[in-house]
Amino acid sequence: MSTGYKASRRNFLKISSLTGGGLILGFSWLESEAEVTAIINTSNFAGNLQFNNYLSIGTDGIVTIMSPNPELGQNIMTSFPMIVAEELDADWTKVKAVQAPLDTKAFDRQLTGGSGAVPHSWKRLRQAGAAARQMLIDAAAKKMNVMNNEFTTENGFVIHKSGTRFSYGELAEEASKLPVPTDVKLKEVKDFKLIGTRVKNVENRKIVTGKAGFGLDFYRDGMVFATIQRPPAFGSKIKSVDDTAAKAMPGVTEVVRFGNNVAVVGKSTWEIFKAKKVLKIEYEHDSKLESTADHQAIFTEMMSSDKPQVKRKDGNVDAAFASAAKVIRNEYQCPFIAHSPMEPMNFFAHVREDGIELVGPLQLPASSRAAVSKLLNVPEEKITVDITRLGGGFGRRLKSDYVLEAAELSSIIKKPVKLIWSREDDMMGGSYRPAVRYRFEAALDASGNLIGYKLRGVGINVGNAVREDNFPSGAVENLLIESVDYQSPITTGAWRAPITNFLAFAEQSFIDEVAKAAGKDPFTFRNELLEKAKTSPVGAVKYNPNRFQAVMNEVKKRSQWGEKKGVHQGFSVYFSHASYVAQVAEVAMEAGKPVVKKVIAACDCGVVINKSGAEQQVKGGIVDGYGHAMFGKLSFKDGVPQESNFNNYRLVRMKEIPEVETWFVENEIDPTGLGEPALPPTGGAVANAIFKATGTRMKNQPFIEEPLFNKPPVKSSVKPSGKPA
Amino acid sequence: MPLYTLNINGEKMQADVAEDTPLLWVLRDHFRLTGTKYGCGIGQCGACTVHLNGNAVRSCLMPVSSVQTGAITTIEGLSENGDHPVQQAWEEVDVPQCGYCQAGQIMTAAALLKRNAKPSVNEVVNTMNANICRCGAYHRIREAVIVASKKI
Repeated sequence: MSTGYKASRRNFLKISSLTGGGLILGFSWLESEAEVTAIINTSNFAGNLQFNNYLSIGTDGIVTIMSPNPELGQNIMTSFPMIVAEELDADWTKVKAVQAPLDTKAFDRQLTGGSGAVPHSWKRLRQAGAAARQMLIDAAAKKMNVMNNEFTTENGFVIHKSGTRFSYGELAEEASKLPVPTDVKLKEVKDFKLIGTRVKNVENRKIVTGKAGFGLDFYRDGMVFATIQRPPAFGSKIKSVDDTAAKAMPGVTEVVRFGNNVAVVGKSTWEIFKAKKVLKIEYEHDSKLESTADHQAIFTEMMSSDKPQVKRKDGNVDAAFASAAKVIRNEYQCPFIAHSPMEPMNFFAHVREDGIELVGPLQLPASSRAAVSKLLNVPEEKITVDITRLGGGFGRRLKSDYVLEAAELSSIIKKPVKLIWSREDDMMGGSYRPAVRYRFEAALDASGNLIGYKLRGVGINVGNAVREDNFPSGAVENLLIESVDYQSPITTGAWRAPITNFLAFAEQSFIDEVAKAAGKDPFTFRNELLEKAKTSPVGAVKYNPNRFQAVMNEVKKRSQWGEKKGVHQGFSVYFSHASYVAQVAEVAMEAGKPVVKKVIAACDCGVVINKSGAEQQVKGGIVDGYGHAMFGKLSFKDGVPQESNFNNYRLVRMKEIPEVETWFVENEIDPTGLGEPALPPTGGAVANAIFKATGTRMKNQPFIEEPLFNKPPVKSSVKPSGKPA
Repeated sequence: MPLYTLNINGEKMQADVAEDTPLLWVLRDHFRLTGTKYGCGIGQCGACTVHLNGNAVRSCLMPVSSVQTGAITTIEGLSENGDHPVQQAWEEVDVPQCGYCQAGQIMTAAALLKRNAKPSVNEVVNTMNANICRCGAYHRIREAVIVASKKI
């Protein structure tokens, strides 16, 4: 699988240099085709110049690669340099990654979301590494006055067949004076030495010593602290404000009202938090104040709406259902949930006469800058954005609301300001995973074949509630997928694995029900559908049935499906963000209640870059998917969220986690993302295992509210006859 | 406001703050010891965990006035060179994802191992259950505490 490339000089960047000399190879992140734009900058230019997209090799042999994507735990600061180091044959201990500030001129996909960083950068990074390696070889050849095909590279050295060795540091200066090679071969996957191994997070040292520098850790001398009282109920606005008591509190410098916000500004976090509590604000509602009970009625109404958006229609579903031997129908529902990153929302803004400085944790910095530019009518060129490490994102930090608040406040008070949301603000202040209800209907013929399939997804501020081209679309002759949305004042946004974080649970639960009705094993039933998608696809098929089957077979083998005693196994498989993940959950009955003991996962994300990081993403995704399916719920009364902090909003804790086994299907396919894909299948696997164990079908999240989990405890009289592996 | 003299990581530090100011905010806002994190403010998540005389406490709930002359240790002062067995184990096991909760996790684990150098897995889980990791790095946290216990 070696790939050649042609270098281009079209995107010549500004000249820059490393202090002390060395090679800087600029390459474009902007090219849609991953084509290396090779720029050599000599060290004739002294001093610290600003450089953007680059791979550099210092005379000390230190290799630096700039990472444009924000780091929130997906471990991009480790996987990016690994990819470069692989092609470069660098000494891994001498490779560093640096977080780049926002620069839309240099980077075209500077965001963290959609599990897309590695797929996007894979070829560019490899080509940059390969080009630099060739230039180092050329430099050595020049030095020895021999042909460049007489060299190999290893661990930061260029080695001549005679045994003469040059370190990359020794060659960097010389290499920087050579032309960029126009034809360089990339390694074959089988020759990878670093990619696919276990490499530790390069930021570990900083994290374990408390020096990692999250947004909330950013302090600037002379800045003020601010907290904002937002309307407590979605759908309400300020009627009157009495800030007399708040203004009189120690440490408070001013109280500012803007829009429906009342900001308390002061000298320290605790002082402003205290003062906020004595604000007296009256609110009036400008739209209906919704409660969870209202949402139930709204769901029911949308289910019978005669104006759904038809997202996909294949064949003739009416005819199929009319001729069916058996029809299966079920509904599944999930509540709103909060993102709850451990680091609450916060942001630093300094609006000056001559420009704006923004600093903080952002998943999508470019959209924040554009929004601030628009709000304050300041050109984007005058706004700088520095991205700190993110204390979790889960989609919440794709939004710009907290950035706009900080910027607007700074423009009013004309001071550098650090805005801090309390945990309560963070949980009650909006942007949730939308609440959704799904109705599935399946038509089976007399032989148990799926001849018709209908899905309607309805949601509160959900946008498109379905993923119309996902499985089983393409595998059913007659299919109808519809979506209905309801506009609510409750704000929603992308939550890790948007839509599929719940849709996968509903779909994989339902498919198990249909398999049961058809009298087929869950694997067999799905396999038949995938065969159909392969051999006689219906309409567009946007997944690869072979890759689906590969992860299914892997998890079947690894879980010893159907062979274990004493545990009840449930299966699910899902394709999202271009990766395939199959899972088997194992449930044991303890004191009359089902307990999830283990989840076994098989993943196909193409080439695995960092085994350690990949395992983390899978385990974390499963714990997240399990935790929210079991416990996650945000409810409303008259527009006010009823859960406010971790005392009444339950997040999964260590005692509750199942063991997780992670397997990867090995192939040579270009890598796809892993930040999200392991999460969607978990709820379905768990629900299917609970059904096996108890005969009770989980239809609504959170599962913990099902009567099954709230029965008085009974002593188990039956001992498990075997032990799970 | 009263002037408090605190013993932080072996140094005397002074802060002129209201008596109800939680130690967390004194550490962060006044001493710029930002390794100790704000997560919930109500003692539920453990991100703010520090040691008071060697015991794990939630600094978000501890008024500065109650600290008195007690010896406070934060993540910055857990070890001279960042090489406390728990810190070493965290690196070896490659625990962190986003990393935000980890200082609190490490401080909780270090206090556990101080009073019980060889805890069982159950004892580890019972103690660490008090700390939330939203990334779900619990398997590795559990493993790292056991690895650390073997270094002590």
